[in-house]
Amino acid sequence: MTLDRAKEIVTNRHDYAREWKKKTGSKVMGYFCTYVPEEIVYAAGVLPVRVIGSHEAQSYTEPHIYAMFCPFSRDVLAQGLRGKYDYLDGIMIGHSCLHLRQAFGAWMTNVPASFSYYMYTPAKIQSPHAKELMLAETIEFKKAVENWLGRPITDGALDKSIEVYNTNRRLLKQIYELRKADPPPLFGSEAIELVLSSQLSDKAEHNKILESVLKELPQRRNGPQGGNIRLMIIGSEDDDTNFLRYVEGLGATIVADEHCTGSRYFWNETIPEKDRLRAIGNRYVNRPPCPTKDWESRRRFVHIMNMAKEYNIQGAILVQQKFCDPHEFDIPPLKALLEKNGIPSLFLEFDITVPIGQFRTRVEAFLEMLQLEVV
Amino acid sequence: MVTSIKKYQTRPLDSFKKAMELRKEYYQNVMEAKQQGKLLITGGADSMVALPAGLGDYVFFEGEPYGATISMDPEFSGKCVEAVEAKNFARDMCAYMRNYWGSMFLNKYYFGGEFPKPDFVMQLGFCDTHAKWMQQVGEYMNAPYFGIDMPVGTPGRNVDAKVKYLTSQMNDAIEWMQKVTGRKYDDDKLREAVRNECKSSALWSEIVCYNKAIPAPLEQRLIFSLYIVCILRRHERKSVEFYEMLRDEVKQRVADGIAAVATERCRLMDDSQPPWYFLQLYKYMEKYGVSVVGSHYSFFLGGSLEEMPDGSLGAPKTPDEMGMPMKTREDILRAYALWYVKKPIISQMFALPHFKSETMLRLVKEWKVNGVIFHLNRGCEGTAFGQMENRLALTKAGIPVMTYEGNMADRREFDEAQTLKRIDAFMESLGLSKLEG
Ligand code: SF4
Ligand code: SF4
Repeated sequence: MTLDRAKEIVTNRHDYAREWKKKTGSKVMGYFCTYVPEEIVYAAGVLPVRVIGSHEAQSYTEPHIYAMFCPFSRDVLAQGLRGKYDYLDGIMIGHSCLHLRQAFGAWMTNVPASFSYYMYTPAKIQSPHAKELMLAETIEFKKAVENWLGRPITDGALDKSIEVYNTNRRLLKQIYELRKADPPPLFGSEAIELVLSSQLSDKAEHNKILESVLKELPQRRNGPQGGNIRLMIIGSEDDDTNFLRYVEGLGATIVADEHCTGSRYFWNETIPEKDRLRAIGNRYVNRPPCPTKDWESRRRFVHIMNMAKEYNIQGAILVQQKFCDPHEFDIPPLKALLEKNGIPSLFLEFDITVPIGQFRTRVEAFLEMLQLEVV
Repeated sequence: MVTSIKKYQTRPLDSFKKAMELRKEYYQNVMEAKQQGKLLITGGADSMVALPAGLGDYVFFEGEPYGATISMDPEFSGKCVEAVEAKNFARDMCAYMRNYWGSMFLNKYYFGGEFPKPDFVMQLGFCDTHAKWMQQVGEYMNAPYFGIDMPVGTPGRNVDAKVKYLTSQMNDAIEWMQKVTGRKYDDDKLREAVRNECKSSALWSEIVCYNKAIPAPLEQRLIFSLYIVCILRRHERKSVEFYEMLRDEVKQRVADGIAAVATERCRLMDDSQPPWYFLQLYKYMEKYGVSVVGSHYSFFLGGSLEEMPDGSLGAPKTPDEMGMPMKTREDILRAYALWYVKKPIISQMFALPHFKSETMLRLVKEWKVNGVIFHLNRGCEGTAFGQMENRLALTKAGIPVMTYEGNMADRREFDEAQTLKRIDAFMESLGLSKLEG
């Protein structure tokens, strides 16, 4: 199955990027948050790859980030300090949370790269003025990349990049659409791997993977079983597919998610317009928001509840990276809202290494409770 | 580095009493706003507090100083944070906010009576907490909420776009405030409030520059008592008058060689908010002849510093002094927006760690500082942001540095004995021993 290829990219992400670099002779840019206009990087012939952690215990970050910051941000920085991303030519971050920005700042100071860029992406995306600022920031970012590379990014390249990115989003959405069925043709862990592999690879190539997956899924025989508990996972960054596999080994199928390593990454497309940079920027303002960007009103909850309904979920696992301020704000009211709508939820706090053993009793009890409810 | 013991002349600061009066009056005003026919607005301490001025009389009830105030009372603070935890919010969230929220959930105002019900909520957001803190307040208090997004980003980049973004949001805020209050908006009042705010802040900046003198006329505990006016009431004429008085007094202290710490023989700086419930920390260090002469935090929460023609850091020019037009609403808002875009507390502390490190190095040099103490503050992700990188940058420059862990407003995360032990060890490393008497 082509699904295995996605998993392979995730597992061997560094080899993938190195090979890509060798093959193309081009540069690779690591990005720290999904609020970055990747299309511009891609249009410049540079491969954008998301920087993620490795879930290994580490002692590298202590002198650089205080332990009150989220494990994901510390894990990410550890990768840089350990030299795991020594092939990166540049790094960039969009404005999101302080935690990840701190990892970025420490990386910038301590790990050599010829390009580093912190871009402001508006936090009040509900403001009618957010798009104007986003445009101004996108223009500056494009200029910075052009200066770095010493060549212009043409409209043609931008058009092509938008098209490749939109295709990727469309294909991922088509695959997510299939998850509405019972049984869905793929596991939640596999779906997350598809998204993660998209964040880590050349989108043009990834589109081919997605096309094959779409062709193969209807014939698949070893997918999830029908009648399983239908779960949704919601919350902080979560690339721990081992945990998802464990949950799905207990008679549940994760049929939907609301994570930046999942649906939030690709849910909406860039709507092309003559002003390409405006079109690109608008897409980031319009995307399903991260909690830090979800105010004054709570649009994120509306989106989550719609998804919960469309995917016919029976329960939700609320995943939070320890100390993740953005999600700490949303989880209690979200839990209450889900419950009010008859959706039980389980709250789990993740650290760098995910203590499956520690979670076992709670996860099993939760699934048992859901099974009883179904009966 | 450490000089011989010498006793400087010292005397109480007359303005101290006035600062305390203004603070007391403020919290009273919060309580009585409605009776006084004033609007009550709540939001963060860094909000654009002058913006509602066009609506007429109002009191801006600020979250952070209120949280700090509560934290000094262990019993009430304990009840507040527990009330927040009972609602399933995490105990590692902003400690000011948890004290404020707790007081709100318990419906108890610290100074007596019920928690004040705001007419509306207005916030300026630049840390992960700001906008979400007040979102919850708006929902819980059933009060309309308007948030303004502060474009942080790399300092100096896209300044025009950032100013425009802020100006547009402020214009929207004015329309919105008129709608939710039914009041008309008077631009003359806005102009006056903005002028007061900028002037207060510039005066405060001028005052902290006098602390470059040896001996320092002010020390950190005193600074905390004095900066509060600029935080709570900077948009009021009373604030400008207060800082004019304080500036004159501090200037005279420098001329007369008056020290805040008579035995000053070592000058330190600290970082982040202190553990408010343990300000004895500074008294303790005085026993070693240490004067804590300020910090990035205490200078910049109310103030701002700019490079002077001679290359040193000095008070910024106000919009009027810069010759910015202040005629129309648009003019005023533009000047006000630029003022915020340039604020170091936002553009340095919240952008990327090295911006703050660079300024800290300058502060250390110009304020003739012998060492820096970092409060690794679990209570505020904002001021804790980048602290370890700041620490590394200072160490690299050969500046003695010490850290201790704590939480500015949740004493459960502070170990007094451990902290004092670390301070003793740091003093020893600086060659200091406790002074007799
Ligand atoms: S997990 Fe939370 S705190 Fe950590 S980087 Fe993501 S949003 Fe920020
Ligand atoms: S975390 Fe710090 S900067 Fe943020 S609201 Fe709380 S006190 Fe302010």
